[in-house]
Amino acid sequence: MKNLAATLLIGLCAFGASVHTAIAQSGPLRIEITDGVIEPLPYAVPNFVAETPGSNQISKDMARVIAADLNGTGLFREIPAKAHISTITHFGNPVQFSDWKAINAQALITGGVSVSGNELEVKFRVFDVFAGQELGNGLRFKGTTDGWRRMAHKVADAVYGRITGEGGYFDSRVVFVSESGPKNDRKKRLAVMDYDGANLQYLTDSKDIVLAPRFSPTGDQVLYTSYETGFPQVYVLNVGSAQRRVLSNQSGTMSFAPRFSPDGKSVVMSVTDGGNTDLYKMDIGSGKRTRLSQSPSIETAPSYSPDGSQIVFESDRSGTQQLYVMSANGGEAKRISFGQGRYGTPVWSPRGDLVAFTKQNKGRFHIGVMRTDGSEERLLTASFLDEGPTWAPNGRVIMFTRETRGADGASALYSVDVSGRNLKRVEIGGGGSDPSWSPLQ
Amino acid sequence: MKHLSKAALVVAGLALAACSQPHLDDGYQGPGAGTGEAGSVSDPTSVAHFNEAIGDRVLFAVDQSTLGEQGRLVVLAQANWLLANTEYTAVIEGHADEQGTREYNLALGARRAAAVEELLVAQGVSANRLRTVSFGKERPLEVCSQESCYERNRRAVTVLAAGLSG
Repeated sequence: MKNLAATLLIGLCAFGASVHTAIAQSGPLRIEITDGVIEPLPYAVPNFVAETPGSNQISKDMARVIAADLNGTGLFREIPAKAHISTITHFGNPVQFSDWKAINAQALITGGVSVSGNELEVKFRVFDVFAGQELGNGLRFKGTTDGWRRMAHKVADAVYGRITGEGGYFDSRVVFVSESGPKNDRKKRLAVMDYDGANLQYLTDSKDIVLAPRFSPTGDQVLYTSYETGFPQVYVLNVGSAQRRVLSNQSGTMSFAPRFSPDGKSVVMSVTDGGNTDLYKMDIGSGKRTRLSQSPSIETAPSYSPDGSQIVFESDRSGTQQLYVMSANGGEAKRISFGQGRYGTPVWSPRGDLVAFTKQNKGRFHIGVMRTDGSEERLLTASFLDEGPTWAPNGRVIMFTRETRGADGASALYSVDVSGRNLKRVEIGGGGSDPSWSPLQ
Repeated sequence: MKHLSKAALVVAGLALAACSQPHLDDGYQGPGAGTGEAGSVSDPTSVAHFNEAIGDRVLFAVDQSTLGEQGRLVVLAQANWLLANTEYTAVIEGHADEQGTREYNLALGARRAAAVEELLVAQGVSANRLRTVSFGKERPLEVCSQESCYERNRRAVTVLAAGLSG
């Protein structure tokens, strides 16, 4: 329990000054899944200083969004404002470290906000309180007032990065299927939101069943499956304009489970002809299709490795659903899942080190991760029905669908740390399924 | 498709004779839509007769897509009806229960629909009167999370439509 706090502090020191170089070389914070209970790092983020008459509200709101981002990771614990001794009145003034030490704030975040017309500027500093020094240099972001939440997320990403030594994930979006209505007449529509549930926008109406949207590598396009024609087909939609076009519409076949290649130039998907489902790659520019698997079994849920050289997918060629890895050009596949039960919906992590999956065993569903060779399998969740993991851009957090049992069963989005800690529902004000996390914006 | 009057049937039959490519997609309205006027069960040429007396659906065991003996008899009767009532086309919908991942269930539903289609074709029903679609676990008939519901959700439903859209 003391360990993480100590490790986090080492991280802090590492950024603090060159005299700590020896400690810095021991490496940035590593949150190993085998760790026991972790004590979150206590920190303070007082209201940012309003530097212009119009910036009072935004300066408070930004500090709240930053705190929600950091607290939401489970790695940080905010010391509430009512416990603060010092007040930050000027961004440039020296920090009274003793006042923050006294309340045991190990990190302090200060900021200043100015608004001119619809232009917004935020600057911030991060302090290692116990070392009595600034952690990295102050930074400044400029944007527009309607983008204030994004700017707050950017600040939080920078703070998270400096303290953990890893990339953040707060300035990101999630596209998913918004769900309403009873189980036997579920209304589904595509929606996109900030990773924390804010700024929700619908991308389609609920006239036709839509499934499993997937972001493009640049986050500006979404692949999904729609029953618009009465038969499932893969579509591509521009997030900005909500304009869509069918990508694969070969009469007499169904297509689904699409994903972009990391270079965004092609799409891998399942195509069903008669009763047989195989994997195909389609070049987006030319529309040319290449068949990647030729087998009478079910091949579906393909996902590229981050370097684009390999594809992980599920197949029941062994008799039950299992995970396989093959070259992105097809060919022989190597089975990687060997535990009890059935494995599906594999997704390669953005770091390339892990595959997240859905496991079904003894009437329960789990979200789990394993190394890309199938070793070190770990189950992160267990419930009546968990499925469809998606990775946060930094590979630290997984979002997925959890459906409850029974006639009133409903789907919701949940997230969990790759360590298995910090399981929580993502508040979207309704039902949701099939999340796909965007890259960092 | 909405009004299957005798006159419309005759026209449809004539058009079928003249055109070898029924426009299946245009007549299909999605899961369970069926035809607007099903007619009377007692009329053996009616959609109602097909749906209720012959049986429009077959059920499957967990994670299986092979027809059981009872399912086989239903599909054989469907084949005879379709051979006798050539003005109809059919979309065969495959469905799965909720115990499975979304993509796998789509593929499993497709296998179930294909199992019915293959037997119909083997009995002489022209393949171009048939089309399959899978709804995976998206359109359960029953909503409880018990086998009593699951067994009714693991189904393939033969949905009739008038073959031509005109």
